[in-house]
Amino acid sequence: MNAARTVAVIFRREFAGYFASPVAYVFLIVFLALAGALTFFIGNFFQRNQADLDSFFVFHPWVYLFLMPAIAMRLWAEERKTGTVELLFTLPIATWHAVAGKFLAAWLFAGVALALTFPIWITVANLGAPDHGPIIAGYIGSFLMAGGYLAIGSCLSATTRNQVIAFVLAAIVCFAFSMAGAEVVLGPIRDILPQDFVNLVASFSFLNHFAEMRKGVIDLRNLLYFLSVIGVFLFATVLVLDLKKAE
Amino acid sequence: MIEVQSLTKHFGPIRAVDGVSFSVGKGEVLGFLGPNGAGKSTTMKMITGFITPTAGTAAVCGHDIRTAPIAAKSRIGYLPEGAPLYADMTARGFLNFIGASRGLRGAERAKAVDRVVEIAQLKTVLDQPIETLSKGFTRRVGLAQALLHDPDVLILDEPTDGLDPNQKHHVRQVINDMAPDKAIVISTHILEEVHAVCSRAMIIDHGRLLADSTPAELEARAQHHNTVTLRTLAMPPDGERAALGQLDGVIEIEAGGSAGEPVFRVIPQEGANVLPAVTAFVAEKGWQVDELRLEQGRLDDVFRELTAAAAAGRDAEAAQ
Ligand SMILES: Nc1ncnc2c1ncn2[C@@H]1O[C@H](COP(=O)(O)OP(=O)(O)O)[C@@H](O)[C@H]1O
Ligand SMILES: [Mg+2]
Repeated sequence: MNAARTVAVIFRREFAGYFASPVAYVFLIVFLALAGALTFFIGNFFQRNQADLDSFFVFHPWVYLFLMPAIAMRLWAEERKTGTVELLFTLPIATWHAVAGKFLAAWLFAGVALALTFPIWITVANLGAPDHGPIIAGYIGSFLMAGGYLAIGSCLSATTRNQVIAFVLAAIVCFAFSMAGAEVVLGPIRDILPQDFVNLVASFSFLNHFAEMRKGVIDLRNLLYFLSVIGVFLFATVLVLDLKKAE
Repeated sequence: MIEVQSLTKHFGPIRAVDGVSFSVGKGEVLGFLGPNGAGKSTTMKMITGFITPTAGTAAVCGHDIRTAPIAAKSRIGYLPEGAPLYADMTARGFLNFIGASRGLRGAERAKAVDRVVEIAQLKTVLDQPIETLSKGFTRRVGLAQALLHDPDVLILDEPTDGLDPNQKHHVRQVINDMAPDKAIVISTHILEEVHAVCSRAMIIDHGRLLADSTPAELEARAQHHNTVTLRTLAMPPDGERAALGQLDGVIEIEAGGSAGEPVFRVIPQEGANVLPAVTAFVAEKGWQVDELRLEQGRLDDVFRELTAAAAAGRDAEAAQ
């Protein structure tokens, strides 16, 4: 059977699975409430008196740090726990079909959550005359960044049958990827390591790539960065799953 | 249709499966017997491609599971132990999902689903979420899933475990009906099941094959196979009893009941059937017979003897 069709079959089941329990709705509400509260209260959306969404996007890396691992933790850990992974991997499909289908389902679910923040865009458009370019770039960047976090979450979910462990591991790795660009990390290593290395660490940071995008720069490098993070971690997911079969 | 060659799986120090080879042809129903932890499930998981063997391999319809896993898997219907299913789906949604991922589409899939719903008698629960189904129905959904693409090879890990007698009977019926044009492997630790469905039985323990033959041949290896049990109304004279022990093919006479009870067990030499001789003897002496019965060897006994002998062998090895 052709690969795209198989991936689509897995994707549909997984995506419907998100909405089979109330957890999905709780998640959406938490995400929207959190994004709104951070934007309006901490980000001082109104006081800034600027017609842009920077105070909205600036918190995304931190919101995703917890919410993306929460979406991704069930991807593989749950299948292992209930034993359905045995059903899945004795179907005539390749490991990567399942990995891609599941990841896309998680990503689209995150996309739905992100899309539901549209009222904030409408608000800013009504209050002022925002430059829509950076807003669109911000949304694209945010979606790509969510994909990066989810790919990391998928890989760590494949290592365990315990969703809590999957969540914690993913949050730690995502945190490392975010913090790599923060001054608290870069400052100390700048004193002891060569500048090239510091730049390398910084170049791995979600924060920096996302910051460029929400300023309205859709640079090919930023797109490629997030897409390669996704690619690398999905590939790692396939490796982990194949390794587990041989354990 | 199934070729298994020196299949081996080690989990750390545990040799779960240790060099198992066999083949199963069309029309055969192979019963995989063994105590818990014998390695039955592990063997099945390797044949179906869920786990990778430490050594050896298996081929299904000519497709090696290690080099052509997708081709091999498309010919297998598999019911894993405990029948894990996506609990949040309805039975219908689940069967459609399995059908779709096996490449069945449109009318073809609808037909396949109808067929297995009929076989597994799922009509009444089709639109119920699987998590709300009873154990019997859950198992039947698992079975239906395995049959959906009408596979040449069926591998069922404890298909009747936890079912009530009627449900067990139904599942066995389904297996018997399909047997002529498939190669089927079922694992079980219920020995009566072997009689009910298997044309061949294999005993496995500690990852090794201990026996591989028909259920009847295995029974013939039982200690009490062909023993004649005889109960008379009154205790016969000592001399006549001794004469019974002298009959051709008889090794000895054992007391079969409590002391003083007129019950005897006539133990034959291996392979001998002494029932006609005993019947003639009893008639000649004019004993009043209450019960005269030929015992069949019990699979349980063979099973216990073989596994105990293997355990003794291992102990001896370990002691050296
Ligand atoms: N994933 C695993 N990791 C470690 N040991 C295992 C694993 N699966 C099975 N075993 C061990 O392998 C042996 C065979 O198990 P199994 O094949 O499930 O036996 P059976 O199905 O005959 O009851 C047992 O000793 C079991 O504990
Ligand atoms: Mg088992």
